[in-house]
Amino acid sequence: MADLRPARLSPADVLRVGGAGLRARPTRVVLSALGIAIGIAAMISVVGISTSSREDLNRRLAALGTNLLTVGPGQTLFGEQTHLPTESVGMIGRMDPVTSTTATGQVVDAKVYRNDHVPETQSGGIGVLATRTDLLDTVGAMVAKGVFLNEATARHPAVVLGHKAAERLGVAAPNEPVHLGGEWFTVVGVLHPTPLAPELDTAALVGWPVAQQQLGFDGYPTTVYARSRDDAVHSVQANLAATANPEHPDEVEVSRPSDALAAKQATDETLNALLLGLGAVALLVGGVGVANTMVISVLERRAEIGLRRSLGATQAQIRTQFLAESLLLSALGGAAGTLLGILVTTSYATYQDWPSVVPAWATTGGIAATMAIGALAGLYPAIRAGRLSPTEALATP
Amino acid sequence: MTPVVELRDVGREYQGVVALRDVSLTVERGELVGIVGPSGSGKSTMLNLIGTLDRPSHGEVRIDGHAVRELSDRALSALRANTIGFVFQQFHLAAGVSTVDNVADGLLYTGVGLKRRRQRAVEALETVGLGHRLTHRPHELSGGERQRVAIARAVVGRPALLLADEPTGNLDSTSGEGVLRLLRSLNDAGTTILVITHDQEVAATLPRRVDVRDGRVVGDG
Repeated sequence: MADLRPARLSPADVLRVGGAGLRARPTRVVLSALGIAIGIAAMISVVGISTSSREDLNRRLAALGTNLLTVGPGQTLFGEQTHLPTESVGMIGRMDPVTSTTATGQVVDAKVYRNDHVPETQSGGIGVLATRTDLLDTVGAMVAKGVFLNEATARHPAVVLGHKAAERLGVAAPNEPVHLGGEWFTVVGVLHPTPLAPELDTAALVGWPVAQQQLGFDGYPTTVYARSRDDAVHSVQANLAATANPEHPDEVEVSRPSDALAAKQATDETLNALLLGLGAVALLVGGVGVANTMVISVLERRAEIGLRRSLGATQAQIRTQFLAESLLLSALGGAAGTLLGILVTTSYATYQDWPSVVPAWATTGGIAATMAIGALAGLYPAIRAGRLSPTEALATP
Repeated sequence: MTPVVELRDVGREYQGVVALRDVSLTVERGELVGIVGPSGSGKSTMLNLIGTLDRPSHGEVRIDGHAVRELSDRALSALRANTIGFVFQQFHLAAGVSTVDNVADGLLYTGVGLKRRRQRAVEALETVGLGHRLTHRPHELSGGERQRVAIARAVVGRPALLLADEPTGNLDSTSGEGVLRLLRSLNDAGTTILVITHDQEVAATLPRRVDVRDGRVVGDG
């Protein structure tokens, strides 16, 4: 008597049989795969965009350096504004790990206008800062047009404008005059944006001597910039206040601008978590869509199930067929969603001028999630299909 | 030699309703038998039992020597895959799938590789006279051609037993005659065939007819 053991379906045949069910109903396949695709695409682009933006920040910080510290005057216990001692710049500069220092001082009474006809109140939010001539190297700023102040021009009515200040004043090129603190100053240069010292973007920079002689500047520095060795940033940061103002270290504010940039990034992460959650919900809804499609598919194909049983398919082979179909369906959605997510990330990153980064864990995790969803969604319909009695299945018209 | 089909005192009840009572029937190898009766006579129940799609409430069913009672669902599946070919009134062809692949699916659960399945499908299609319709889809074929495709699918595995359930039921008389001629020629070539039908004209053309009425065999000869 022959051995009655069912033959195994080869993996290729499982794939063919699972795919046949999908090929027969392309519209339904596209629509239910779309649900999965949207969920995966949403999650991957959220992760991709935030990773790209972080990567961009990291690269910018690497270029700018994270070793810049700033020192400014704080307030007394009674809320009065204080001064940094004038000798603080020199004292900070003498700290061992500090490689360079520079300073700016707010010229409180001076405002800058395009010409002498502009009403006094329309100062455009541009502050006038007295600046030392070694500002650029320490802060990491660069001149876009013209030149920076030097020892000579620092004594004359010459001004260098920050990036935004130039825009607001409508100064396109150097050698134009602006009305500054009641005098005519000549613009000698315009700066590029300075991410680590954004206060310079909206400033008009004049020489320290000319500020004291012509603009009534009190000579107190309001911001001291210090670059330290990378390995000593924290110890310098801890000692800066006491060095800048030994008598009242509590009246000094020390900050690290790169931290501020990183903190801004961190606040975005709550939003990212929310968006990621939305993506997960979309994915879940997509999974329900696949389950629904599979249940309907089993109902509609009772006759086919009956035929296959009559051709010798075992219950397990029927189950496998529908499970394979469900897995293929969601894998299709997952693959499309991953591609879409990468596309969205790439185009947004390109638009923002960021490096485009989609972490490998996100794509593999996304595909794994779709496979898990496909398996879950297909399990119940597949079990039902397998349990269907052949006579009942064949009796359906 | 063991008979292909052996029913001994077989009965089948569905929730108290008796569909088949104490039927005994033996079909030897090489026979062409008609099981004839009006609808509700129990002939479909007999088909399901002989096709091992269903199990009897009592009595013994032996197909190609295998006692159905002793076999698991898996073993019965294997028995169907290798020993029994089915032809249905509604053809049950997969829409949008070529004739060759529809027929090749008859071997899907027998462990034969795809290439060989297709080769044998082509041979089977040539046997049923459809060698020129290999790449057509079911909707491009006439009813008679469709049923011949279904017959090719049933015999592609060279089963010991071919079960045809109202094979001419959905066909006009000309196509029906063609299908019957094909069944007779397959029988001449050695296939054991059971035709279930309510059609007396069809039954009259078969060498042996088993009349079924009210769940009993009322005539055999």
